[in-house]
Amino acid sequence: MKQTATTKTSYHIPVGPIHPALKEPVYFEFEIDGERIIDVNVKLGHIHRGVEWASRKRNPIQVLYLAERICGICSYCHPAAFSLAVEAAADIQVPERAEYLRVIQGELERICSHILWAGVAAHEIGFDTVLYFTWQIREKALDLTEYLTGNRITKGIMTIGGIRRDITKDMLPRIKRDLQFFKDNFEKLRHIFLDDKTIKMRSQGAGILTKKDALKLCAVGPTTRASGVKKDVRVDTSYFAYGDLDIDYITPDVLTGNINGDVYDRIIQRLLEVKQSIDLVEQCIDEMPAGEIVSEPKIPKLMNQLKKVNGEGVGRHEAPRGEVIHYVKFNGQTENPYTWKVRAPTYNNILPWIPMLKGEQIADIPIVAASTDPCMSCTNRVAIVNNNSKYELTKEQLHKMSVEKTRRFMK
Amino acid sequence: MRFSMLPSVFVQMFKKPWTNKFPAKYAPSNTTQFLADVGEGKAEIVPPIQTPKGFRGKIKYDKEKCTGCQLCIKYCPCEAIEFKPKEKKIKIFLARCCFCSQCNDVCPTNCLTMGDEFLLADADPYSKDLIVE
Repeated sequence: MKQTATTKTSYHIPVGPIHPALKEPVYFEFEIDGERIIDVNVKLGHIHRGVEWASRKRNPIQVLYLAERICGICSYCHPAAFSLAVEAAADIQVPERAEYLRVIQGELERICSHILWAGVAAHEIGFDTVLYFTWQIREKALDLTEYLTGNRITKGIMTIGGIRRDITKDMLPRIKRDLQFFKDNFEKLRHIFLDDKTIKMRSQGAGILTKKDALKLCAVGPTTRASGVKKDVRVDTSYFAYGDLDIDYITPDVLTGNINGDVYDRIIQRLLEVKQSIDLVEQCIDEMPAGEIVSEPKIPKLMNQLKKVNGEGVGRHEAPRGEVIHYVKFNGQTENPYTWKVRAPTYNNILPWIPMLKGEQIADIPIVAASTDPCMSCTNRVAIVNNNSKYELTKEQLHKMSVEKTRRFMK
Repeated sequence: MRFSMLPSVFVQMFKKPWTNKFPAKYAPSNTTQFLADVGEGKAEIVPPIQTPKGFRGKIKYDKEKCTGCQLCIKYCPCEAIEFKPKEKKIKIFLARCCFCSQCNDVCPTNCLTMGDEFLLADADPYSKDLIVE
């Protein structure tokens, strides 16, 4: 932050990197005038874990489980995007039934994630009754996940060229019963969030992100859709079986008629997406064709195929927080990826915090910051260290280095 | 409506809690002592909830069927499996295992299966309970 901004009337508040109010390490520098926030500065890079580096010593099957551990809540999205990237690089055709099963798992994860977020948002404004109510619904969603995959959080369901577990006919009554439970409770949840005065008071007009800013800062997922930008990978690229399903962009004006881009709109946005997800799971169960669930069941054979691949692939998946992109490159010598690059959705949703938080009060920081559903641990991909201390380059330094390089070539 | 959550709160007051009180109704002050008492029959344990079908618990290893092909070692994501070259058999360290059941999928002779046991906490990662061989 610029030193010149400090005057007698305003003062700094540093929050983080380790702070009781934050679940994950991120560092904020607030410039405060009375109760108003004038300027915000966000610093990242406190939780680099070297996940991409670790992938170089592992084969793609092992990387699936490594990708699963990038994020706890998106434990399906990362392996899904990685599989899509590997399938694109190796030109693997996925059986049709597996595509539908993948959609079911993805949408189930979206239901879990959005309902968890709704509880956290209610907790941030001090409405803890709703927190327990939403987590009761989430518990059912997790039980269903456990029933379908064998685990509650790290599901281990994805594999390259298909999916590991099938949904048999005897599982359908249980799934339908749980979906009915979600629908009934969704109505209750919608009534609480949309009609209760407590939530309206705190969230309407708070943390506004305009459509222009959302486009300029490349926000993704529900954060950008709540500002009225129609951006959804499921509709845009129609991967998995989304092309066959009845799906369209959802923006909060479906329900309220106008878009403000505030916290209230982001709450509505996520609730509408839960409803859409329930609908998509139902559609998948009805339309699912019979057939194989994995293209190549013998993994050593698949690895031999991947060993010969010399090329790159990009996988894009709409995670609960937005678009997640995985880039994989194989060099044709080993089956291990030569390069693996992950771009988690929160990375794009960090800069929109700045226009959202400017002009708000100190007490609005938690709910506004939580409204993008941040997941800091997913974002940290790079840490540059020089002489045991963090090494950073400013824009001016980078420009200087670039000019120097040109001069070296000129000689 | 001003207090839309109030009816639910009142209903909740008269409902039985969802939580299964495992291992006892009130948390014992000394868990090891409590488990020892359970073993002797002095105390009673509240059983955990039944695991669902397809649950991935402690690995079961059928030594007779194993041919020592080492495919499970190659595909284990957390390097939890060790090869014993003399006997041509494997040794699984559950302290490192992530319970993904990938080894069960690759095994050509189906000698590995996932069991139901999940109470695997131990102070020593090399204790007898945490090594399958």
